[in-house]
Amino acid sequence: MLALAAAACGSSPSSSGTSHGPITIGVSVSLSGDFSGDGLATKQGYETWAAFQNAHGGILGRKIQMDFLSDGSSPTQVVTNYQKLITVNHVNFVLGPYSTLLTKPSSVIANRYGYVMIEAIGGGPSVFQQGLHNVFDVSASAKYQLITFAKWLVATHKPEDVAYASMTDPFLQPMLDGARAYLSAHGFTSVVYKLYPLETTDYTPIASVIAASKAPVVVLGTMPPDGYAFIQDFIQDRYSPKVLIEASGPDQGTAFVKAVGANNTGGIMVPNTWFPGSTYYQNSAMVSLYIKMFGGTANNISADVAEAFSAGQVLTQAVDHIKSTSNSALEHYLHSGAMFQSVQGPVKFLPDGENSAATPFVFQWQHGTLEDVLPAGVGHPVPILAVKPAWGAGG
Amino acid sequence: MLVLQAIIDGILVGGFYALMAGGLTLVFGVMEIVNFAQGIMVVLGAYLSYALFTHLSIDPFLSLVITMPGMFLIGIAVYWSMIRPIKQDRVIMSLLVMFAVGTIAEGILDLVFTSNLVQISTPYVNNSFTVGSLIFPDIYVYAFLMSVVLLAGVYYLLYRTRFGRSLRASMQNPTAARLVGINTDWVSAYTLGIGVAMAAAGGMVFGLTNSFDAASSYDLISRLLAIVIFGGFGSLSGALIASVLMLVIQDVVAVVWSPTWGQTTFYVILILILLVRPQGLLGRKAVRAQ
Repeated sequence: MLALAAAACGSSPSSSGTSHGPITIGVSVSLSGDFSGDGLATKQGYETWAAFQNAHGGILGRKIQMDFLSDGSSPTQVVTNYQKLITVNHVNFVLGPYSTLLTKPSSVIANRYGYVMIEAIGGGPSVFQQGLHNVFDVSASAKYQLITFAKWLVATHKPEDVAYASMTDPFLQPMLDGARAYLSAHGFTSVVYKLYPLETTDYTPIASVIAASKAPVVVLGTMPPDGYAFIQDFIQDRYSPKVLIEASGPDQGTAFVKAVGANNTGGIMVPNTWFPGSTYYQNSAMVSLYIKMFGGTANNISADVAEAFSAGQVLTQAVDHIKSTSNSALEHYLHSGAMFQSVQGPVKFLPDGENSAATPFVFQWQHGTLEDVLPAGVGHPVPILAVKPAWGAGG
Repeated sequence: MLVLQAIIDGILVGGFYALMAGGLTLVFGVMEIVNFAQGIMVVLGAYLSYALFTHLSIDPFLSLVITMPGMFLIGIAVYWSMIRPIKQDRVIMSLLVMFAVGTIAEGILDLVFTSNLVQISTPYVNNSFTVGSLIFPDIYVYAFLMSVVLLAGVYYLLYRTRFGRSLRASMQNPTAARLVGINTDWVSAYTLGIGVAMAAAGGMVFGLTNSFDAASSYDLISRLLAIVIFGGFGSLSGALIASVLMLVIQDVVAVVWSPTWGQTTFYVILILILLVRPQGLLGRKAVRAQ
């Protein structure tokens, strides 16, 4: 009778460790809308992880079956999707969607139904300020994404003028503000600080203001479309800053090169949590499998792929340790201070779910390749170009 | 000087927005339907120019010789296959039909081109020239000139040709137009074709100045509708004035204050104007007066 009542009430977190069917993992992915480019890469990352893990015995000896629903980059649809995944599809676990914008409402839904949400691409402060205990971010959180870059700038440059602009996104803006706070504390002057809404399509006035400031350092909190557009506008404005870093856009491989022109990529930097040549846990296997599944080359793999893969890796290790599909046991174990390994490096969770062991990297386009340049001492970074070559001077 | 630069940027960009919005307002003027598919038609135009440039090395401006007639035919086909068969509640039902057309087109574009962002990257897209300290990006100047030529062409078609008289008669009184022997079905079909062909031209410029995917249509259609409402439904010149004003207002506010408030300021002005002139700047009454 109790079982019937429970079934009638809808979903309860799966806890059976004895079933022989597949372990189902539900994810909402952004296959259309503003995040569609990154959303597709995120889905591919999860698919690569599932394929890899299935080839290595699955989880608890059971095959992994992914259950994807498309959310159109909509915070409303993502809520509906996770409710459906949990209460209708009765998945065993859920993993995070793309972006802080979507992770925040999704994690509330997961929490409501007693599900853990391990995620890798939703590290904005607002996610961790909700007071939830079921959210775990395996990547570096937003405010620390540019800290490696900021520390390098302070160590190698005298205090200079810096121009900042960012989309008003709950991940990108804190990222920019984190760098701005650090640089301002070390004598760098903020000469431009512009925020623009997500639906902006004309970036020329913002680019004009930055160009007019002649700031030698430009820090942009961009997604790919605006990341490409700013570079195009700067070239048209004949303004070439000495140092240019964008939150996203330069990490999109050939799409970035095609959009801005191969001769204009040189020296542009982008923070990232992963790179193809990393020697971190299972990275080379992931890269090989991704290329086998989706084609292309290692350098064209989006970091979103690795981030999604990392979330799956941590889930694998934790579930294998607790030997159960109980979400409450999983949450307890993830809060225990245990160390996990991922293609992005070590993972250890703070009480609010942030990864205290994360080491954000900085990459720079050099001679047509996106190179790992910072931090020194992790992997095999190549020397950084301290001054960006002029536009058209080559990749 | 920054404000002057913002005004120039706004005028140049506003020119090709007028081209995209012109098709939307023309279709409403004749058929009294809001073509919700106009945004995705712009993106389709961008993709067609992208494909011709990428695979056949045809310059995007030259590609219009192929894409505009092609999309003109698409517009006619959509009218005959989907709009004309509607017998009741045509205005309301056609709204839903055009929304469906947009959704289907988005799905097909996603399938064919994937959801990865692309951009038409010609060698001249980054070039610019200066006049004093003012910067004029070549691509925006070309696009503005092309928009002026195309809009002038459409204006000539409307006010200097027999077809234009038929079209305007259909706009003013469809029943009377039919009574005097005008085939309003063909007028409507041609109008939708022209509207979609204008989207092809606007889309080509959009693809040169923005990276895009099928989802870009959502931001576009909301802007285009705002322009058409501001300029007045059915008014081509209203669409031109509204496009330029919208972009200039947004760009100037972005420069002197904040980009976040650029769009808000425009919409506040739009609401204030609609309170005084509910038909928009050059709404239908003004058009008929011409």
